[in-house]
Amino acid sequence: MSYLELTARQRIPVIFDAGSFEEFLPPAARIASPHLAQLDAPVSFDDGVVVGRGRLDGRLVYGAAQEGGFMGGAVGEVHGAKLVGMLRRAIDEGADAVLLLLESGGVRLHEANAGLIAVSEVMRAMLDAREAGIPVVAIVGGANGCFGGMGISARCANTVIMSEEGRLAMSGPEVIETANGVEEFDSRDRALVWRTTGGKHRYLMGDCQVLVPDDTAAFRLAAIRAIEEIRAAGARLTLDELLTEQAMLARRIDLAEGAAEPMELWKRLGIAEPASVPMLDADAFLALAAGHRVQAGQGER
Amino acid sequence: MDWQTLATQLFPGGHDIVELEQFLSGGAQVAGRTVDVIGTTGHVPIGIEIALKQAQAILRTVQEHPGRPILILVDTVGQRLRHRDEMLGINSYMAHLGKCVDLARRRGHTVVGLVYDQALSGGFITSGLIASSCFALPQATIRVMGLPAMARITKVPEEHLTELAKDNPVFAPGPENYLRMGGLHGIWEGDLAGELARAIEDSPAQDERMALGRERGGRLLAQAVADAVRTGSHVRPA
Repeated sequence: MSYLELTARQRIPVIFDAGSFEEFLPPAARIASPHLAQLDAPVSFDDGVVVGRGRLDGRLVYGAAQEGGFMGGAVGEVHGAKLVGMLRRAIDEGADAVLLLLESGGVRLHEANAGLIAVSEVMRAMLDAREAGIPVVAIVGGANGCFGGMGISARCANTVIMSEEGRLAMSGPEVIETANGVEEFDSRDRALVWRTTGGKHRYLMGDCQVLVPDDTAAFRLAAIRAIEEIRAAGARLTLDELLTEQAMLARRIDLAEGAAEPMELWKRLGIAEPASVPMLDADAFLALAAGHRVQAGQGER
Repeated sequence: MDWQTLATQLFPGGHDIVELEQFLSGGAQVAGRTVDVIGTTGHVPIGIEIALKQAQAILRTVQEHPGRPILILVDTVGQRLRHRDEMLGINSYMAHLGKCVDLARRRGHTVVGLVYDQALSGGFITSGLIASSCFALPQATIRVMGLPAMARITKVPEEHLTELAKDNPVFAPGPENYLRMGGLHGIWEGDLAGELARAIEDSPAQDERMALGRERGGRLLAQAVADAVRTGSHVRPA
């Protein structure tokens, strides 16, 4: 079953153990954004995110799923507060892990200031959970991708799991094109957009640690494995991990010296025929990518 | 205010901050103790290199001077909007900077952010907004984006947004709105050196910004919703 095509509410029961998920502050509580009505924008009684707790392969896992169909999954005051409340409850109740099904354009511009502060609160709450020893895993495989502040938040998780179709970035191509012209980034060049922000590129560059086919069972299995691995290695953010990441991010800048095209980076990583990469299915790609990824250190499998 | 004038007012006890390609770093004396300073100037867009330089400076302080307070001076037009930054995963560089600030805070370094000129979205979220506390000068500009761009994207007429912005802190740029919403702990006027010394003494270890936003009337639902989710209860309006 394609993960990409499902809504947030359809994803929850196929990723978590069937029937195990209990939603916190469900739509019946009718808590919507207080800011949208005055802009004549529609509201949603979950404000575009489902939060709660369930079981994943029997483990007690707290989680969230952002709904890309409502304002692109963007984070407003209520949406962000639901994520923060869930993360704090995961700590209070000793969760085995937190699993975030991310799909978001970032800060919701309709409530811009509240959204910006909220995203920073989500980041801190994610890192609080890790400090409490709780593994935090992010899945990025929705049609709207994971951008802006949520693109940053995703990288505060222990592990990011993506599909090839998932996109993870900061500013969207349209924003860059608007700011600096079509020569800078042609947002209608879909192949370039995918080469720049898609799962395969992110996997090769070390921005995501696991790449799976666009399949709910594959995402579920990858999440179960990631949680086991993090529990064994430790979820807390450490100085060693950040020193390793600092070195990796610096090496990436060196690797890209003078390069403007993702395929050139893949070539420099030792991929003989970079033009073939977009055509490969996930298994063939993973076989090819083995040994050619930006080498990530501790805490970044 | 240019950073040199600011530094003179913040650090009457002296400082050795230097500017290198719009990146600021150095040390300063605050109320008889050394504080490490990092930051940016010239409204520089935060690209991958300058994000990484700030992170490196913080990690150096953590390694070499355990417990030393850190001041982040914020002046940026936001994240750099270039294909190359996106290709190299600028979100990871931003997240890395944010994680370095977070680690420093947890290891006992009070981290104070100060918006002394401009702060916009991506350049702010992993600097001042993830510090122990964040302040601004009254003349500072803080926003996610300008109202014209916001009008284009939300498809709400600009005049309508401008009207709403007059008394609703959720859209309008400016430090007083961020103060009301709890995003800023305070706005500094007058004795900047004294304000900084007090901020270093008093910064909270926990994230209390939702409560601040509720107390100040600028963000009424966030704390109530987070509490309701956390405790499995109903939302209690402020």
